[in-house]
Amino acid sequence: MSTFILPVGPQHPALKEPTSFRFLVDGETVVDADLRLGYNHRGIEKGCEERTYIQDLYLLERVCGICSNVHMTVFAQGVEKLMGIEPPKRGLFIRCLMGELERVHSHLLWLGVAGHEVGFDTFFMYTWRDREIVEDILEMISGNRVNYGMQTFGGVRRDLDEMQIKKTLEGIAALKARTPYYLNIGATEPTLVARISGVGVLPKAKALELNAAGPTARASGVDFDVRKDDPYAGFGEHIPFNIVTDEGGDVLARVVVRAKELMESYNICEFILKNLPAGEVRVKAPRKVPEGEIISRAEAQRGECIHYIRSNGTDKPDRVKVRAPTLANWPATLYMLRGGYVADIPIVMAAIDPCLSCTDRMAIVTDVRRGSEQVMDWETLRQHGIEFYHKRGIKL
Amino acid sequence: MDILKVFLYILVYPGLLFLFVYSTFVEWVDRKLYAKFQNRMGPMHTGSHGLLQPIADFVKLMAKEDIVPRACDKGLFNAVPIFALAAVLTSGLLLPVWHFTKGIESATSFQGDIIVMAYLLALPTFAYFLAGWTSTSMYAMLGGVRVLTLLFAYEVPMFLAILSPAVMAGSWRLADIAAYFQAHPLHMLFNLIGFAVGVVALQAKLERVPFDIPHAETEVVGGAFTEYSGRKLAMFRLLADVQMVVGAGFIAALFLGGFPGGLIPGFIWFVIKTLAIVFILSAMRAVTARIRIDQMVAFSWQYLAPLALLQLVIVIFIKGYMP
Repeated sequence: MSTFILPVGPQHPALKEPTSFRFLVDGETVVDADLRLGYNHRGIEKGCEERTYIQDLYLLERVCGICSNVHMTVFAQGVEKLMGIEPPKRGLFIRCLMGELERVHSHLLWLGVAGHEVGFDTFFMYTWRDREIVEDILEMISGNRVNYGMQTFGGVRRDLDEMQIKKTLEGIAALKARTPYYLNIGATEPTLVARISGVGVLPKAKALELNAAGPTARASGVDFDVRKDDPYAGFGEHIPFNIVTDEGGDVLARVVVRAKELMESYNICEFILKNLPAGEVRVKAPRKVPEGEIISRAEAQRGECIHYIRSNGTDKPDRVKVRAPTLANWPATLYMLRGGYVADIPIVMAAIDPCLSCTDRMAIVTDVRRGSEQVMDWETLRQHGIEFYHKRGIKL
Repeated sequence: MDILKVFLYILVYPGLLFLFVYSTFVEWVDRKLYAKFQNRMGPMHTGSHGLLQPIADFVKLMAKEDIVPRACDKGLFNAVPIFALAAVLTSGLLLPVWHFTKGIESATSFQGDIIVMAYLLALPTFAYFLAGWTSTSMYAMLGGVRVLTLLFAYEVPMFLAILSPAVMAGSWRLADIAAYFQAHPLHMLFNLIGFAVGVVALQAKLERVPFDIPHAETEVVGGAFTEYSGRKLAMFRLLADVQMVVGAGFIAALFLGGFPGGLIPGFIWFVIKTLAIVFILSAMRAVTARIRIDQMVAFSWQYLAPLALLQLVIVIFIKGYMP
């Protein structure tokens, strides 16, 4: 059979969200891979400019369903720096706790998805069952299973009481007992290892060159973690933890790194809960933000999450730019997919833990027949919309 | 009277009606077991503990819209599911379940029926390939090619494995082989390797995890069935269930001494032995990940085929030295 193009996406069972891969396939081997983004553009960055800072906080939380808390944290701490306020220590510790609990639920979710991608549904069912423990903890603390709405300018919105601390510690202990079992399965079950060992290899030099982020980079031996290298909230001198790296560079290494990061996160949570400082959880923040610009970042589950915020002295930001970690990992993913098997496409793609709605910003569509592309500014687009509906007889 | 028996045989037991009802039951057992292995409930709502769920699924699928792609060869596209289902249902008739034919050879039990059975059970694989090929979809085509690749991997170990009980019993007739093992139950122990190879090859034939490579949903969507919907997809689904029953019955007749004792005890034995094999198949499905097609071919030729050959050598050796 000669080469042909195998489309994966925008709709495909291996994808949980829309994106479009084009694979040039020779039999069962992937010769070349190409990526088209832009199916999930929601205009959140533009929306941020139209809303006040406090509204943006909740809008940005909805950038992603899995790493919602991280986007909130990054935005909140960036704006706090612009405002020149410092949250109290208890607030910072709870901020870290939420981040780690979110990391736990995300990594457990990812382990299950990785199992599902290689047809190991039992693994999926087991990890997702245990994920319910941490989901229950998050619901108990914040009232929600996703989109917790915990962060605010100047600290966090809810305090922890004794009962919540006790129950969280119990849940963490249960998870701590279960996770080594998953690490053991992931690293030793023969059919699973056969599918993930030596697959999607990303050497350290390539990881650095292609700017991979998060567990994907750490599994290639790059020991970068924002929590360590640019400490925020309570990290740094206050909360001890280790960066997990692995030299393997394949999907197996990414499974191992994530499973070990789970153990680190449990330790962080236990440390925070046992050493929670007394006092307030937040300070009062002003409505207006002085003029300035800032880059704020934090370690999301998938890697480094960066927000750029520019303020103009009013209660609305001038510009907000979000760079989600998945965007940083796409070039590395395409590198990993080339030369592999068709059967390895889903697991290699899933191995970076992609989140497409986080990533999609804007796509310029080229008209194939005319070869023209058109970019509209905000006013023209608004005018175009009004005319579009007027033509159809709809009064605005 | 003989005519009536033949009709009963074809339409009721072990023919159409029985195979339909029992295969849905086996699907339910398989789903329930798989769910239990995964710490889930499985189907619960239709019937007692979801017993009627497979039938409900079948009826629902039958009522769905039936779409035929414009670019495909319509005649072949429509004929393939019927042809494949017919092949598997016919192979069900060859199962030695009803012993009025034990003494005399008949159309459903004759010297060489083991070969015909293996042949009929292999036919759906070619039907899957044709289904994928006529669908004119990339995913279906990849699925179809994978079906054929898989066939070359598991079919030879399967054939080698079913040879050994036949050599042991000195007959090419399923009823005779079953009768031999009923007379010498301990001789079944000599065939353990062959039994293991047969069950693994059956799992591959049924395209279940870890060998569900041809329709791995995260890779090739629905595989060969991507373009199928409605009635035709229902037929393929039913076919897979019937194939599981017939395949399990085939292995049970060859390696586990068949279904002795006439109509009622024979039926009970049939249920017990096929469910035992289905249990093994479900457990295998629950504890493994899907392997890659090249790994599957390597596994078959490095382990399954040599093991089946070893089994054959053992059987020939025993035949030569035992009275």
